[in-house]
Amino acid sequence: MELGLDVEEKNGATVLAVRGEVDVYTAPRLREKLVELVSQGKYKIVVNLEGVDFLDSTGLGVLVGGLKRLRSHDGDLTLVCTQPRILKVFEITGLTKVFAIHDTVDDAVAG
Amino acid sequence: MDPVIELEIPARAEYVGLARLVVSSLASGRRALPEERIDDLKLAVSEACTNAIEAHHEGDVEERVLVRCAEAEDRLEVSIQDRGKGFDPETLPEHPPVTDPERLNFERGLGIPLIRTLVDEVTFEPSSQGTAVRMVMYCDPALELDVDIDHIDHIDLTGLDEA
Repeated sequence: MELGLDVEEKNGATVLAVRGEVDVYTAPRLREKLVELVSQGKYKIVVNLEGVDFLDSTGLGVLVGGLKRLRSHDGDLTLVCTQPRILKVFEITGLTKVFAIHDTVDDAVAG
Repeated sequence: MDPVIELEIPARAEYVGLARLVVSSLASGRRALPEERIDDLKLAVSEACTNAIEAHHEGDVEERVLVRCAEAEDRLEVSIQDRGKGFDPETLPEHPPVTDPERLNFERGLGIPLIRTLVDEVTFEPSSQGTAVRMVMYCDPALELDVDIDHIDHIDLTGLDEA
């Protein structure tokens, strides 16, 4: 199962575009990428979930861990997501109150 | 007898996607299960299989996880059976409220609440032989009827014209 992880810098933020399915098999790669970015001093990260077909609680856990890591550096991790099936997972778990979720990358970068 | 489909997967992370695919494909064949509900079931299966596979990490990783789907007229039942030490979901620690900064210390433990929300019925049956998670999705007979009417609309009537 492929997990695409593409990084680009945009107006002072690091945008991590995720593609594919995020589950117990692929989530460790997402975690490694977030850890790597933080270790490079990237403390403002936007995770773009628009290319994600599936996300379960393992993926949520990685994002929660990433947010915690960034907050410890006075940074932030925000999300881009408009897909109802993915948003639903955040809504059920109440994590819409933990993450800032934007409709576009531009909004997230500006936020 | 209602049709039953069984899939045995190695207790390894790379096979969770296969279990999701099989169950969602089977559920897609049920016209009375709308797409949104199939997505719910797919996520619940992923959570249950993840727990099942993690239950084996303390023991023999060559053990297998059994995914069993039983179709009845009004429901689809999916059970996930592992051979771990037995897991009681009632012993899960409660998460702090999401607005509490301490919430960020909890990366795990969301799978069981998700399953409980996503499926119509769920039971957890832990024993010393492992844990069985049985999930039920009820079908909506009204949807079955809608599809049947569509089907009737597409019957070829050219033969009747000739008569």
